[in-house]
Amino acid sequence: MSKLRRFKLIMGAVLAAGLASTPAAHADEQFFPLQSYRVGPYAAGGTGFFGGFIDYLNLINIRDGGVNGVKLTWDEGETQYEVERGIEVYERLKNRPGIAAWNPLSVGIAYAMIDRITKDRVPLITINHGRTDSTDGRVFPYVFPLLLNPYSETSGIINYIASREGGPDKLNGKKIVVLYHGSPYGKETIPIYKLLADKYGFGLEQIEVPHPGNEQQSQWLSIRREKPDYVVLRGWGVMNPVALKTAQKVGFPADHIIGNVWSNSEEDVIPAGDAAKGYIAITTQASGAEYPVLQEVIKTVYGANKGNLDDKKRIGSVYHNLGIVNGILNVEAVRIAQAKFGKRTLTGDEVRWGFEHLQLDPARVEALGAKGLFHSINVTWNNHEGDGRVTFQQWDGSKWKVVSDWIAPDWAFLRPIIEKSSTAYAKEHGIKIRTSGDDPVSQW
Amino acid sequence: MFDYQFFIEVLIGGLLSGVMYSLVAIGFVLIYKASGVLNFAQGAMLLFAALTFVSLVERGASLPAALVATLATMIVLGLAIERTVLRPLVNQPPITLFMATLGLSYVIEGAAQLLWGTQVHGLDIGISDTFEVAGVLISRFDLFAAAVAGSLVAVFALFFRYTRTGLSFRAVADDQFAALAVGLRLPRVWAAVWTVAGIVALVGGLLWGARLGVQFSLSLVVLKALPVLVLGGFDSILGAIVGGLVVGAIEKLAEVYVGPSFGGGIETWVAYVAALALLLIRPSGLFGKKLVERV
Repeated sequence: MSKLRRFKLIMGAVLAAGLASTPAAHADEQFFPLQSYRVGPYAAGGTGFFGGFIDYLNLINIRDGGVNGVKLTWDEGETQYEVERGIEVYERLKNRPGIAAWNPLSVGIAYAMIDRITKDRVPLITINHGRTDSTDGRVFPYVFPLLLNPYSETSGIINYIASREGGPDKLNGKKIVVLYHGSPYGKETIPIYKLLADKYGFGLEQIEVPHPGNEQQSQWLSIRREKPDYVVLRGWGVMNPVALKTAQKVGFPADHIIGNVWSNSEEDVIPAGDAAKGYIAITTQASGAEYPVLQEVIKTVYGANKGNLDDKKRIGSVYHNLGIVNGILNVEAVRIAQAKFGKRTLTGDEVRWGFEHLQLDPARVEALGAKGLFHSINVTWNNHEGDGRVTFQQWDGSKWKVVSDWIAPDWAFLRPIIEKSSTAYAKEHGIKIRTSGDDPVSQW
Repeated sequence: MFDYQFFIEVLIGGLLSGVMYSLVAIGFVLIYKASGVLNFAQGAMLLFAALTFVSLVERGASLPAALVATLATMIVLGLAIERTVLRPLVNQPPITLFMATLGLSYVIEGAAQLLWGTQVHGLDIGISDTFEVAGVLISRFDLFAAAVAGSLVAVFALFFRYTRTGLSFRAVADDQFAALAVGLRLPRVWAAVWTVAGIVALVGGLLWGARLGVQFSLSLVVLKALPVLVLGGFDSILGAIVGGLVVGAIEKLAEVYVGPSFGGGIETWVAYVAALALLLIRPSGLFGKKLVERV
């Protein structure tokens, strides 16, 4: 992005009207409205994720001429990660023709959009985040927390710790501290950690860090006194590097701190400097640019000077690769839906059908040039997460290195808990629960 | 049995954290004393200073060169703010001036990202070790920060006592109209104060940047300074130091010993509770000047 464009974006944000422009969607176009955040406190993550997403859409347009001839288009509206701005962008762009799906990458904006997108019958993608119970497609037909919901993340982390200790039975008697961000996001996994502690018999302490998390002295002194075997870091933004620095200060080893999916990026470790060396974090997509799809993006998109990242060194970073994977999942959902409904601009409801049949096995992932980048996904009408696998990577001071196999969360254990929550939600909102994929979806 | 060693560790950690809050609060106090403006842009200035410094270093500048260049930038920024924002608004109600600094903070934050990008940076000033005294953990970095804050206060004390500009500043702080009557040039004093506030922002930015990493949320450290100012008084540098120590100690002790009863995460608001409680008893803070007005 040129300095001029960044200037435009910043000025746009200041005037509360940040908007980059591309032509409106025509009959043979599929449109992606992007509620991006390129300025403000979370701009580092936003530029990486939306940069990766746009890079992949560009790759499909330049290399393949779109999806079966249907060109992919997009428009950005600056949100600065603020809910009201996100909704403002939604209202501004929702009437554009051919909307495929919304991808806000923001828990707050996503929550505020659920009623709206359900009424408007367009999918809402919350890759790696969002409401855990929106995994239940019987109740949330248009919401897709693809690859990983917060409960699966929790289970994946505990499974990884178990594998390090030599098996789930070895967790008995261990002590784990969860250091969580003082927000609804941070608190969402409190009950599931308790259930897993009861199941495996490990000691558990959950400690809150008040937002924004730039002061953690007392929390880490308490941790020092507790002497846990592991600390799980469920952080966000500045809380992550401060946690790593303060851990170093109190002498807690970085390789016994396991970060969650929003504590796993370069932006979380670089500010911590040496204190982050050895730190381990969960991810659904490996970092690095060695994967064929990334090489194609470099050659085709950046080679044509259409790359979205200012700094090419960020290609293959955690957020950029998350954007690439998000691009793959969106594009493949459109492709799958086209196979049923025709090679044309699809409606949001048709794309929803595509997402509900988004099944990419490892062979298909390899064919897409993403072997090793992510494992697989198997979305169905009632499982909107799609059983994503997780892996763990360790920061060596300059880059992330994968240190585990692909690990499966304990979905069978989690599903009844998720259904209990989603059923209660359906009752509260008067939603008719779907009993098969062919059921018409209810509208609120 | 009560663990006294742990208590002392938490207390010392809190006091040293409090010094970091004081570093931000001092910037507020300087501006407030001279012009009666609560400069909400102090956090943004701190971010701008730290971001400028690390960006210059990453572009190949040596540490001393980057320091001098950032210092010069902050002085220019301070002067520009005084000239373009504060001076045209002279004699406006305090709320107008406050809103101007609020707007200014957004402009500076935007300008910082426009100039230097949105990426986060590490800042290593080479002091990160800890050591133990009788089993009590003490951070060398925090001690260093405390020494810097102490030196800053000492330099200010000398500056305000023995230099012409410093004496002018004190006169203006005491009574603007009287200062004008004896021929002091207010704009010049204000310019000097904004320059000094820029320097304080640089010092605070480097120390906070080393602690948090240099990223956008550095500007949020102003929120840590507000209860310090309420406690210590808006117009007292000594108050900023003492207020910082008190807030730091209250925060940490409350979080560790009271927090668990409330589910944790209380340290942010407990500082404001303490500040509000003091406000009820002593509205001008511990060291603030009591306002006496003829009505």
